[in-house]
Amino acid sequence: MTTPARSRKRESHPPELAKCATGIAGFDEITFGGVPRGRPTLVCGGAGCGKTLFGLEFLVRGARDYGEPGVCISFEEPTADLEANVRSLGFDLVALQKNKKLVIDYIQIEKDQIAETGEYDLEGLFVRIGYAIDSVKAQRIFLDTPEALFAGLSDEGTLRAELRRLFNWLKSKGVTAVITGEQGEGRVTRHGLEEYVSDCVVLLDQRVNHSVVTRRLRIMKYRGSRHGTNEYPFLIDEHGISVLPVTSVGLAHAVFEERISSGITGLDEMLAEKGYFRGSSVLVTGTAGSGKTSVAASFVAAACERGETALYFSFEESPDQLVRNMRSIGMNLDRWRKQGLLFIRAARPSAFGLEMHLLQMHQMIRETRPRVVVLDPISSLLGGGAQQDEVKAMVLRMVDHLKLAGATALFTAMMDDPGLETTEINLSSLVDTWIQLKNVENDGERNRLIQVLKSRGMAHSNQVREFNLSNRGIHFSPVYLGSGGVLTGSARILREAQERMENIAREQEWQRKQSLIQRGLRNLETQIHALQAEKEAQEHELALMGTEESSHRAAVNADRQTLSISRRESGGKPNGTSNKAGSKRI
Amino acid sequence: MKTGTVKAKTPKKETAYDLRLYVAGQTPRSLHAFANLKRICEEHLAGRYKIQIIDLLVNPQLAKGDQILAIPTLVRTIPKPARKIIGDLSNTDRVLVGLDIRPAGKWDGQ
Repeated sequence: MTTPARSRKRESHPPELAKCATGIAGFDEITFGGVPRGRPTLVCGGAGCGKTLFGLEFLVRGARDYGEPGVCISFEEPTADLEANVRSLGFDLVALQKNKKLVIDYIQIEKDQIAETGEYDLEGLFVRIGYAIDSVKAQRIFLDTPEALFAGLSDEGTLRAELRRLFNWLKSKGVTAVITGEQGEGRVTRHGLEEYVSDCVVLLDQRVNHSVVTRRLRIMKYRGSRHGTNEYPFLIDEHGISVLPVTSVGLAHAVFEERISSGITGLDEMLAEKGYFRGSSVLVTGTAGSGKTSVAASFVAAACERGETALYFSFEESPDQLVRNMRSIGMNLDRWRKQGLLFIRAARPSAFGLEMHLLQMHQMIRETRPRVVVLDPISSLLGGGAQQDEVKAMVLRMVDHLKLAGATALFTAMMDDPGLETTEINLSSLVDTWIQLKNVENDGERNRLIQVLKSRGMAHSNQVREFNLSNRGIHFSPVYLGSGGVLTGSARILREAQERMENIAREQEWQRKQSLIQRGLRNLETQIHALQAEKEAQEHELALMGTEESSHRAAVNADRQTLSISRRESGGKPNGTSNKAGSKRI
Repeated sequence: MKTGTVKAKTPKKETAYDLRLYVAGQTPRSLHAFANLKRICEEHLAGRYKIQIIDLLVNPQLAKGDQILAIPTLVRTIPKPARKIIGDLSNTDRVLVGLDIRPAGKWDGQ
């Protein structure tokens, strides 16, 4: 039990100011260690905002967890009432008193029983407080609320002087005090206690929005110490007060390289073939009936398939309804529930305030230690009376918390206007992957489109895809992107059929042209053959004519020779000359 | 009682007054208060009152029983119901009203 104390102390900055851990969950984080040690802290707020509980928890945790006995001086509620009020929170004041860890002194002031004559001081009160402190060696004291003195005693001047003296006296005794004050009109406390208690002032506030209560805490002042300045929502539940620091987790979470399937093959393909990063946060937005829950349930089912624990927070459907509806797309979630892998928690957003939701979620997460968490849909939390920024802050805390736990979170959110790429709660910057679902209506039908708007750290698809929900699950098909624009559903099928017909026609046309040309070629070839044959015939004829001519010439020569021979025989001339003369004559 | 200084006069047949004066140490204011009380009692309740002085510095645990806050506080335990008067008792009239002792003058007037 001392470990949290020690670790908290290490986180704080002791050189600047000694602090006293209250033990109130979250409060010590935003004050970097707790309330100022040995000094009074003023806790103020309206009726029923949790002031008394704050003080009692400060005492009980001190006595129980930090070994610091305490004194409770109650001006308003009798001891028995106090004991009864916090018993439901597991604070056993009776046992603590028996073990000398706590003293409760109820100071009853009834004006009509008291007459005032002359001067007085509050030494009696000092004696009682001093006696109580000494009897248990108290280090903590809780005064609830000394303002009640103003109602019982009429000499305000004396009272103020005595209160100032009281707080100085408590300081000198070195006890850490928590003093409550009722919020006054236009001022921190009704009687200006803040004038005397100026080291640390904590404001508690309770607001009602649409009949839902949200509690908030703010450190108004903390002298000599840094502190969180925001308004922090806080809860009162069976464990006492829990303050939820918005940024307490920070961005120091571990990063995973592992990729996990979205449970939808087509979507995994769009996410660089592998799916989401483990430990990342995914936002699925879409209009009503665009399939957000189906995408979320697929993710959960895939996680269970891997043997991982999954937690599904449903803000619109009951667990059984969800199981039944998912059965219609061929998903058996009941199997995983029976195996203890899937936990479905359903709660109406308006059932209680945001912080109660957050707390319940924290508790479930703590109990089930899921690897995958779905919140479906976060936008409906807005309907519970919460403001946008509150929901955003809540989701941010949830994102941080889950990242720290190494769980992958999937949030769905309803988007009214599919044209706007902003979510109602402006969450997009908080998440790592944003998937948008759209319903496109044309030609008398609605078709589902999916696209990945962003996905940090991966080369995701920039394509818009169409998907179908059927009893066989979720199936993807690439949308038709052509001259006719983006077509979906039957229009896409029709267009695809048209394209098929066009293709067939072109194929046939091509074949026709091909055969035509081939025929032409064949004709030409036949012609070439015929010409070739003719050419050959002519050549043959030419050759024949050549031989005929030469044989004719040979015959003529032979005749001429025969003739000359016969002439020489009659003229008596030599062969040579007669030959020459003969040629001349020719 | 186990308290320190007890100054008492033996009560007589008339209504007895049991008075406790709470003080914290011998401060001038406490002494003043005691002197005032003594005087008023002698004047109006002679012989039928008892004053018990409780010093809370000596017996701090006794402060709780009578719901003592202010010092000095005078508590009338008898007759019932209990009455409380805080302050140094310098205003005699208010003390008499507070203790339900009707002053003689008023008796005469009626």
